[in-house]
Amino acid sequence: MPLELYLNVITGGLLTGLVYGLMALGLSAIFGVMRIVNFAHGDMMVAAMYAALVLFNVQGITPLAALPIVAGGLFLVGYVLQRLLVNRLIQATEHIQFLALLGVAMVITNGMLMAFGPDAQGVLLDYSFDSYSFGPLILDKVRVIAAVVAGMAALLLWAFFAYTRIGKAIRACADNLTGARVVGLDVDRLYAVTFGVGAACVGVAGCLLLMLVDVHPHLSTDYTLLGFIIVIVGGLGSLGGALLGGVVIGLAEALGGVLVEPSLKSMFSFGLLILILLIRPEGLMGKRT
Amino acid sequence: MSKTKGTIASASTPISRRAFGTGAAAGAMLLASGMPIRSLRAAEPLRVGVLLPRSGHLALIGQACQRGAELSVPILADLGHQVQLMNADTESNPDVGRTQAEKLIREGAHVLMGCFDSATTAAVAQVAEQKGVPFVINIGADPAITEQGYKFVFRNFPTSVMLGMGGLKLFNDIFQATGTTAKTAVLMHVNDSFGNSMRGGIEKLMPKLNLPFQIVETIAYDPKARDLALEVSKAKAANADIHMVVTRLNDAILMVREMVKQQYAPMGIISPGSPGMYEKQFFKTLGKYANYCTTNVPWFDPNQKLAKVLEERFEKAYPEESFELNIGFTFEAVLIAADAYKRAGSGNPQALAEALRATSIADRVMIGGPIKFNEKGQNENLRSAAVQNLDGKPTVVLPTESAQAKPVFPMPDWKARGA
Repeated sequence: MPLELYLNVITGGLLTGLVYGLMALGLSAIFGVMRIVNFAHGDMMVAAMYAALVLFNVQGITPLAALPIVAGGLFLVGYVLQRLLVNRLIQATEHIQFLALLGVAMVITNGMLMAFGPDAQGVLLDYSFDSYSFGPLILDKVRVIAAVVAGMAALLLWAFFAYTRIGKAIRACADNLTGARVVGLDVDRLYAVTFGVGAACVGVAGCLLLMLVDVHPHLSTDYTLLGFIIVIVGGLGSLGGALLGGVVIGLAEALGGVLVEPSLKSMFSFGLLILILLIRPEGLMGKRT
Repeated sequence: MSKTKGTIASASTPISRRAFGTGAAAGAMLLASGMPIRSLRAAEPLRVGVLLPRSGHLALIGQACQRGAELSVPILADLGHQVQLMNADTESNPDVGRTQAEKLIREGAHVLMGCFDSATTAAVAQVAEQKGVPFVINIGADPAITEQGYKFVFRNFPTSVMLGMGGLKLFNDIFQATGTTAKTAVLMHVNDSFGNSMRGGIEKLMPKLNLPFQIVETIAYDPKARDLALEVSKAKAANADIHMVVTRLNDAILMVREMVKQQYAPMGIISPGSPGMYEKQFFKTLGKYANYCTTNVPWFDPNQKLAKVLEERFEKAYPEESFELNIGFTFEAVLIAADAYKRAGSGNPQALAEALRATSIADRVMIGGPIKFNEKGQNENLRSAAVQNLDGKPTVVLPTESAQAKPVFPMPDWKARGA
């Protein structure tokens, strides 16, 4: 196999992995703070992809320009969902949380099926077919843009948790819930903001992914599963871990596909998941409990 | 789905006591008057039991076939054939197909037509033979169906062996017509039962056909793949002359899009017989990059007047849908049944089967000689065409006698496609 092939495949895997990482960030942030696993994660992202698609088809707004609108919309959806439903489940047993969020997932997927039908739909941008050439290295322009924006969004999220008052308060809730309540933090509101921020991450990832893949309602199951694999590999609750997990999975799929058989590439992400669970169950950047 | 005047529902209609009484009285008067029954029958339209997978995993293709059947009613009426469709959904399930076929026969279908997939077609063929009702197969490629010694089963569609041979032989014809020969190919195929059976067929038939090129790499991809970047990178690295593909629609779009991005421009992108690259959505999504892709499939004969009529009616009725071979073969199946009914002069199954056996239809829509059936009920006058996308339209480039344009091989580089 020529070096050129590996160079291109590794770079492609790295760029795609960054977008995967951003998608998993939302899942990880919600779990890290509230200890709730959002089983409607992939469905929310596909809903974000459809929102961006509608904005493109109806208003001609490109997914990149639609990014703040979709992220804002998803923040609101996440906030309201937490207030109305998830908040009531925080004290409930895990299987109740699982069933309730699975129910939300089914409602979203079937709603999208009713509204948009089962066929794949995508956006055609002026630069959809463009690529950058650096000698033997060819970089897909859309993938580069998506990865750069994903990196920036991840940086913003980190800054939010590290430097803003509300971000610090959310971290306080995650570190010591009783302590947070004692000092008078409005935990319910902070949880709602966290769920909203997690959903906004998904909104950004949805807009970026729409530039890379065509959307159809059944995509949601794939992405929920992928999100879980990434956060488990990276470390549940760790933001850096989610990003690293995304990159690792992106690379594993790319290299596995090129070394063995492309149609078996998913096998490598699942294989990695099993390996991590066996040798480092807390994930690459997770904390040992 | 649009309603067509000649269509009747397959569900049985309850008969009221009054209607029964009126009918019985009319029947008695008719018998008493001594009016010849035969002239009454001649005025009666042919009832065609249409069995297609309009739901389930084959729904999209089943619905495409249904469009061909629906359009046949007004077009055949213009040609003096009165046809009524009795529509039944096989739900992409052979058992449902069998039950629906029995139901259609009970409800008075003169002839059955369908069923797109080989498994359902084989099941319905058994029912037709058992009940002694003629069955015209629109699509269904399993060779075994016409090897059973059936007397009531007629197929106007190439067997999978005919399809494979036809599709591969055309590679040589393309090389001869353009004076350019390829030495190597990479085969990229969808990893499902269709893709794998095509791959098996290609590997088996290629040595027999003495083709001048060798397959240097075979790449299977997941039918649900979100993108094909990796697969196309691997194909590019093989550095072959031809990119041979077995695709469906969405993956064909993903593949070509990725080929453009990765600046991978082989001498040709040619399918030995699979859907995707001749479909409207392919042109709509890829624009100028859809051009020069070639598919070797049975296709409409541009020289046939009836093909033009069908295309005009189709574009008017379904402007958003692709005018492709499923529509043509379904139309021809109804045409064959209507032609036999006219010659038989009655809906008697034996007479219809005899008339079907004696079929000879020169004015048809697909490429090939006159429609005729051999002793097994198979039409052997069917031929694949090389259909190349030129100026945003699937265009017949081979065989020469049906060609609308000359084949372009090698295809121009992606960057040389202009605006």
